[in-house]
Amino acid sequence: MNTVSSPATPAAAEPEHAASYLQDGHGIKSWIMTLDHKRIGVLYLISILAAMFLGGLFAMLIRTELLTPTKTVMEAETYNRVFTLHGAIMIFLFIIPGIPAALGNFVLPLMLGARDVAFPRLNRLSWHLYVIGALFAIYSLIHGGADTGWTFYTPYSTTTTSAVVPIVFGAFILGFSSILTGLNFIVTIHRFRPPGMGWFRMPLFLWALYATAIIQVLATPVLGITLLLLIVERVLGVGIFDPTLGGDPVLFQHFFWFYSHPAVYIMILPAMGVISELVSTFSRKHIFGYKAIAYSSVAIAFLSFLVWGHHMFVSGQSPMANMIFSALTFSVAIPSAVKVFNWVATMYKGSIKMDAPMTYTVAFILLFGIGGLTGLFLGALATDVHLHDTYFVVAHFHYTMMGGVLMAFMGGLHYWWPKIFGRMYNEKLANIASLMIVVGFNITFLSQFIMGSLGMPRRYYNYRPEFESYHQWSTAGAYLQAIGFILVAVYLIHSLRRGRLAPANPWGSATLEWRCASPPPTENFAQQPTAGDPYDLKPLVFDPKLGGFTYRAESAEGVA
Amino acid sequence: MSEHAHSQPGHGSDATVHVVPFRILVAVWLALMVLTVVTVEVVYIDLGNLNLYLAMAIATVKGALVALYFMHLRYDRPFHAIVFVTALVFVLLFVSLVLTDSGQYQPNIDLRQEQLLGK
Amino acid sequence: MQESHQQHGEHRSAHLAHQFDTLDQQYQSGKLGIWIFLVTEILLFAGLFCVYAVYRANHPDIFIYAHRFLNKNLGALNTAVLIFSSFTMAWAVRAAQLGKKRALVNLLAITLLCAFIFLGVKYVEYQNKWKEGLLWGTHYHPIEEAAHAGEAAPADSAEAHYTGPPNVHVFFGIYFLMTGLHALHIIAGMAIIGWVLVKARRGAFSPSYFYPVDYAGLYWHLVDLIWIFLFPLLYLIR
Repeated sequence: MNTVSSPATPAAAEPEHAASYLQDGHGIKSWIMTLDHKRIGVLYLISILAAMFLGGLFAMLIRTELLTPTKTVMEAETYNRVFTLHGAIMIFLFIIPGIPAALGNFVLPLMLGARDVAFPRLNRLSWHLYVIGALFAIYSLIHGGADTGWTFYTPYSTTTTSAVVPIVFGAFILGFSSILTGLNFIVTIHRFRPPGMGWFRMPLFLWALYATAIIQVLATPVLGITLLLLIVERVLGVGIFDPTLGGDPVLFQHFFWFYSHPAVYIMILPAMGVISELVSTFSRKHIFGYKAIAYSSVAIAFLSFLVWGHHMFVSGQSPMANMIFSALTFSVAIPSAVKVFNWVATMYKGSIKMDAPMTYTVAFILLFGIGGLTGLFLGALATDVHLHDTYFVVAHFHYTMMGGVLMAFMGGLHYWWPKIFGRMYNEKLANIASLMIVVGFNITFLSQFIMGSLGMPRRYYNYRPEFESYHQWSTAGAYLQAIGFILVAVYLIHSLRRGRLAPANPWGSATLEWRCASPPPTENFAQQPTAGDPYDLKPLVFDPKLGGFTYRAESAEGVA
Repeated sequence: MSEHAHSQPGHGSDATVHVVPFRILVAVWLALMVLTVVTVEVVYIDLGNLNLYLAMAIATVKGALVALYFMHLRYDRPFHAIVFVTALVFVLLFVSLVLTDSGQYQPNIDLRQEQLLGK
Repeated sequence: MQESHQQHGEHRSAHLAHQFDTLDQQYQSGKLGIWIFLVTEILLFAGLFCVYAVYRANHPDIFIYAHRFLNKNLGALNTAVLIFSSFTMAWAVRAAQLGKKRALVNLLAITLLCAFIFLGVKYVEYQNKWKEGLLWGTHYHPIEEAAHAGEAAPADSAEAHYTGPPNVHVFFGIYFLMTGLHALHIIAGMAIIGWVLVKARRGAFSPSYFYPVDYAGLYWHLVDLIWIFLFPLLYLIR
């Protein structure tokens, strides 16, 4: 019990004299040249929210165009560019850096009770590279954009006249940004764990970030060389992927998916980590099956490298490889299901509080369940031949990427918002918005499952009239989501100035980031705190005076 | 283990600062040079497929010497060796799976090329 | 007596960055960071090794025909140069650990010189290929003398030798990609070693702070290690 009472002391005493990181330095330069992981996290947050807005705008354009079977608002050429940019921006600029680089950067050192990440300069460089990569994407956008789809498949991508090179080069640079984040996280977790925090005392979010970082470090370089080869092929005419020059276009897909399949776990693993934190906190219960969740993160990371061929069942891959990859694909379901069962078991008999973060958590478990299980349909060879490149695939990956990652991101954003900005948002509006987003999401993509299984191909500009009602439902759902997201933006921005001041620990979590003030001072902790069990919530009690939780031993003595 | 001299004091008990003795550095360098000569000369002997494997085996030995002694892996924390070997395992995984598949679908690629060139 | 034993807030070494508690933590963090960086380098090159393996396995005739246009002697010379530079680099790390400043500066300078020699030889090789039109993909236009220059040409099939198997340019594409990316890494390494050299001349390193030399050395050895594989794969084909 001594670990419980002692750590709260510096946390309660510190914030009075130390200025928050938000006040430490003013002006643009103090932000863009900062070395503080918290400020870099905020910069990342702003950048990825901008990317999300842009990608969302393209999504709305796609859905608007598909309202009618023929031309609605744009030409076919434009449509091709719009869905390419939607995919590329959402993947490379939003989902991949989303949780690790924005939320992870802010939270990881705090969870370790450390002053910063191991390499603050690399951390800043990572964000600068992100911005440069994003500028290349925008440059491509101004020059008409690419029309290859976000996968840049050859030989189309080496022959089309659209602006492929800038956006590919942008993605190449973004890869370096991602690698630097991963490298930083691995070293930080290895070398900065506080006394009392062995590997199995680490918060599960850190396990998830660690597993993610392994993938980032091992897979992203292969994307780098792939995109480099693509650029070299387009600019200099090297024929590695060009069949007219004796090249092998299937090889490009192998290269691309060796990165891009593990990359979907770069997206989902941190999301699963967020969910592991939220589900325990908002059920007021110790996480169930800690070790199983921790190991399954690492298992997913390693398995993710063995299944890339399931994207290539109908693109010329050999039957033998098809069978190997199909069988291996099913194995990923095991660690994923382990996580889901443990989350549900954590909620079982918990005292569940449906605050906004928990709403998103429940949505995540449900939607990721649907997304994950439909993945098995696609992993099976026979059904995939029918479903490949239909809206079924589109619906499947939106259920995992949006129903999974985005829901967890929204949950994490609402959960850590008070810690990041020191203000509480309007809880009622947050609940209404989350409901709109979840309902809108299901309307949008359930109809896509149906029309996909009926044979509606993805990326088509025109479609047969019998699909019209499904498309209209889908578009209506998209608009409902858009309104929900606008509502989120409104109350979050409002909270920045008008929100109630946040207490140090508004939700009653036991991880270390809640032991420093909201928002934290620049140095986070004067002394690295001793870590206890990150999910032992029992000693935390709600203190109405603070409007947040505090340690029981502390509340008896009275907090200053 | 007589070579294992913790040169600088005061780096904590688990510090792994290790100075590689000069004669080991020279020995490794000489070994690398000899192996280079061997790998060049052996190419003039026709061993069929074995030539490639032999060349790769020699390169692997050379690489191991560099990694173990020049890069200190032999004296370093084992974790760094694990990191290094993990990378090699993933390279092997990547190359071998792609290689297996590409050999299988190659006839289709050749066919396609013939069609494209209008043969 | 050493900084590493001291608590944060007391007499911190000037080399100790604010986020670390001890110099040892800083050294080990940097070292792990470098090793992870080397992992990314290995996987970056893995893509090219994979391209090589796929084409070599499926079109061995191209490799057997085309590798003759590479100069084995120059390749071997560069291998020796690079191995020697790796040796001097490892020696330099030793000198830094022992606090021998003059030896450190000299050894770094020799390493840098070797890198220049390597690039010089590479330049000669590239220039020859350029003159002979032995370039990649759409730029492959071999001139006649080049086609005849191949050593050990089979005398009986002069016609087949003259044109070679189809898609010979694939070999030169791979050759330029692999050696080109490697040369870029050499150039980056020269910048790093140059920077370390300048710092070493100013006496920035001591037995308790030699880390940048060590890190630069690890990177340089990896570049050497990759060349150890490139040399037999590209020049020594049978």
